[in-house]
Amino acid sequence: MAEPQSQTTPSQPAQPKTNRLGLTRQQYTGSPSTLCPGCGHDSITSSLITACFELGVDPVDLIKMSGIGCSSKTPAYFMSQSFAFNAVHGRMPSVATGALLANRELKCIGISGDGDTASIGMGQFVHLLRRNVPMLYIIENNGVYGLTKGQFSATADLGSKLKSGLANEFPPVDCCALAIELGCNYVVRSFSGDNKQLVPLIKAALSHKGTALLDVISPCITFNNHEGSTMSYDAVRAHDIPLHEIGFVPHFEPIQADFEPGTTKDIVLPDGSHIRLKKLNRDYDPTNKLLALKTLAESKEKGELLTGLIYIQEGKPDYNELMHLSDTPLAHLTEKELKPTPAALQEIMQELM
Amino acid sequence: MINDFTIRVATVNGSGSQSANSILIKALFYMGIPVAGKNIFPSNIAGLPTWYNIRVSKDGYVGHRRDAEILVLMNADTFQEDLAGAKPGTVVIYHDKLTQPGMRSDLVYYPIPFQKLVMECCEVATLRKLVINMIYVGSVAALLDIDLNQVRHALEKQFHSKPKAVDLNWKAIQAGVDYVKKNIKKNDPFRVSAMDKTKGKILITGNDAAALGCLFGGCTVFSWYPITPASSVGEAVIQYFSKYRRESKDNQARFAVVQAEDELAALGMAIGAGWAGARAATSTSGPGISLMAEFAGLSYFAEIPAVVFDVQRLGPSTGLPTRTSQGDIIFTQFLSHGDTQHLAVIPSNPQECFELSQEAFNLAEEFQTLVFVLSDLDLGMNNWMSEPFSYPKEPFQRGKVLTAEQLEKLGGFHRYADVDGDGICYRTLPGTKHPKAAYFTRGSGHTEQATYSEDTEDWQGVLDRIAKKIETAKDRVPQPLIDRVSGAKIGLVAYGSSDCALIEARDFLNGKGLKTNYLRVRGLPLNGKVGKFVEECDRVYVVEQNQQGQMANLMKMAYPGLAGKLKSVLHYDGLPIDAANITQQILNREGKAS
Repeated sequence: MAEPQSQTTPSQPAQPKTNRLGLTRQQYTGSPSTLCPGCGHDSITSSLITACFELGVDPVDLIKMSGIGCSSKTPAYFMSQSFAFNAVHGRMPSVATGALLANRELKCIGISGDGDTASIGMGQFVHLLRRNVPMLYIIENNGVYGLTKGQFSATADLGSKLKSGLANEFPPVDCCALAIELGCNYVVRSFSGDNKQLVPLIKAALSHKGTALLDVISPCITFNNHEGSTMSYDAVRAHDIPLHEIGFVPHFEPIQADFEPGTTKDIVLPDGSHIRLKKLNRDYDPTNKLLALKTLAESKEKGELLTGLIYIQEGKPDYNELMHLSDTPLAHLTEKELKPTPAALQEIMQELM
Repeated sequence: MINDFTIRVATVNGSGSQSANSILIKALFYMGIPVAGKNIFPSNIAGLPTWYNIRVSKDGYVGHRRDAEILVLMNADTFQEDLAGAKPGTVVIYHDKLTQPGMRSDLVYYPIPFQKLVMECCEVATLRKLVINMIYVGSVAALLDIDLNQVRHALEKQFHSKPKAVDLNWKAIQAGVDYVKKNIKKNDPFRVSAMDKTKGKILITGNDAAALGCLFGGCTVFSWYPITPASSVGEAVIQYFSKYRRESKDNQARFAVVQAEDELAALGMAIGAGWAGARAATSTSGPGISLMAEFAGLSYFAEIPAVVFDVQRLGPSTGLPTRTSQGDIIFTQFLSHGDTQHLAVIPSNPQECFELSQEAFNLAEEFQTLVFVLSDLDLGMNNWMSEPFSYPKEPFQRGKVLTAEQLEKLGGFHRYADVDGDGICYRTLPGTKHPKAAYFTRGSGHTEQATYSEDTEDWQGVLDRIAKKIETAKDRVPQPLIDRVSGAKIGLVAYGSSDCALIEARDFLNGKGLKTNYLRVRGLPLNGKVGKFVEECDRVYVVEQNQQGQMANLMKMAYPGLAGKLKSVLHYDGLPIDAANITQQILNREGKAS
């Protein structure tokens, strides 16, 4: 993939730019990608690196979780100082849920694909959303299975064609609509090629409390980039309609005044960061749940690919809160804190006598 | 016949007989008489037949018995069948409306007009269906001389928060007592008499004991999916953790119990939590184990600790969900595709459910792998007498975990390198504040440095090193308990809930002049001690509750040279194993059938 890394030459030793932790962008990279050159997933990886670097996410606080598939390989390609877990196919949500229950201080980026989420992983995906597990969940959505050479996944559009010409006859799963329906309070659809939109939405997702779902259309250059596919680069570019222009102001930076009052809308995130939505050609209020669902349904009818912040609602309890978890991570509790006293055992035994 | 018989109560499932039976068994227990309860129940909410056996044994035998000397017959649907199976001389306490012409003449009948009595003692019509069972508690108590003070004590304990319920049920019990005293002339030799053999003891199910093991074993993440007969582990975990695992300042939970969407997720969560440094477990039964196979392999190969309680039931497939079995021995031992092998602890009684569960958490973290606790329905769901549990003195064994300070000194680490030569590698936990702490966990091929690899040497190296780790674990899992008898040439091997029947069978065989050595397996994989025991015996009967002789087969794999000495004694009809069955099979094989 890959963004060119900053180079130093003997004649001009440039100091690489650092973020608020004093880390360079280089320190947010990982191993070289082994995906096909031109894969949308590599662009998403690049956006993740940019977002985490600029936001100053501490790599030692982050875990990268994934299932199985092309997308699920990508945790190896960024932030190598962070723990990663490449779990089993379609089951990343449960592993991430367990890890986050064990240590509520961890930040989590989960990376999945359309097969890993909407086909084999549907069972766990919907329950992750219901629980509002605090994590960023990206679906790198290309409508096909790559590693097994190009079969349809459950997000393939009706009528979309495989390379062989075979057309999909089954309706697609709309992960965004599904997520809204199941109580997810941060729902994004984006395009891997639009890092201007994706980077701020990733940053905002990392500030959101609860599950943040990003369904990112990410064309498969090898198996789904031909004429007749609705998820080829050409098709996506032709139908991509951004809902708004996205800006993000992190909590550690001053808020700039609105240049043209009335043209932007700010949404404040729990950590004090702002998402700034600049109006394009339609009025869209992403805090309106019914409007969000209606807009998704209408865009599907019209064959449009609406991208941007589809739905957001802050102030809802996340899983930690719903579970009344102690502030100390469960994994950090000492034996003394975990083992009830001899008197407690005595009391229990007395009850059974 | 004092303090040595079995009471069998036949009722309709969902009729509230469980409370009545519980009061009966507890009253006997409070009288100091050894008791054992076996619930033989259907997979049904209401309407199908259910039986409850209360064994009263002055000698302290708690295994199942097929025969019953006292029948309490409340279910019209099974009345004929229950009578037909009775031994001559059996006492039959029954609902008088079930009386039929031509009933067997070799039984002792005590018909009781339950319907009439309940109409008199209970004014609320909707409660009569439940209260009617308390009348048989009173009748049985009166006929067998059960101390009514202890019945009252048991009743109060059962309904402690509801004085109205105590009054209502006591009236019904009294009605049963009064009817017997006024109208029935006792014509049988069975009665009880107070003893002092239960003093200081507790009555508890294996599942409750296992939940207490989780509490005292430091489990903090418990994910489960409801399934008979394992559900009560999860429910007891919720109950005990909610009470004993709270922050004192704000009542926040020092635990997370998750009712997962299925067993795949249940184990996935436990593995995620174990990876992140929490002690984590899940509880399930056969069908759930089947679903967990893929994650079991991940745990083995990526080396992540987690504990799985398998409360075994009768399979294959849905099988008989409410019947007991030891049918998952081989399956759990090698669960998942590829070359895998797991550790297991096998408790035989509630005390071991408590202690070995705690040990399972130690083993899981020490060996960074999956550990099964192999219980079963009989052990898990029935009430057992037990010594009160002693407070765990040993500290938790958290295994080889590197802290940030240690990493700083070492300058880094290799996740899958065998530094100590025991096959067990060092790990770090997510969130460790050190730039060299992180590694990449994956179920795919990897190097010692945890990087992706398809290299043949890397693959075999990791797989062989894990096998070495399992080899190390063989001497660390709970070791077999061996009772050698001077002059005995026959060996018996058993495990789990078969132990109680084995103890009784050995006494019986000894009475027939057949001395036996006994080895009880408590941990898997097997090590040399079991093989040595087999070597020392002329022949060994491996007693187990499955059709295939699963433990015997594991022994044949472990000690192929001794295979000829191993003979299986099997019991797999879904009822708990009984001593009579074991002795019969062994006597037949020994040519001493009576």
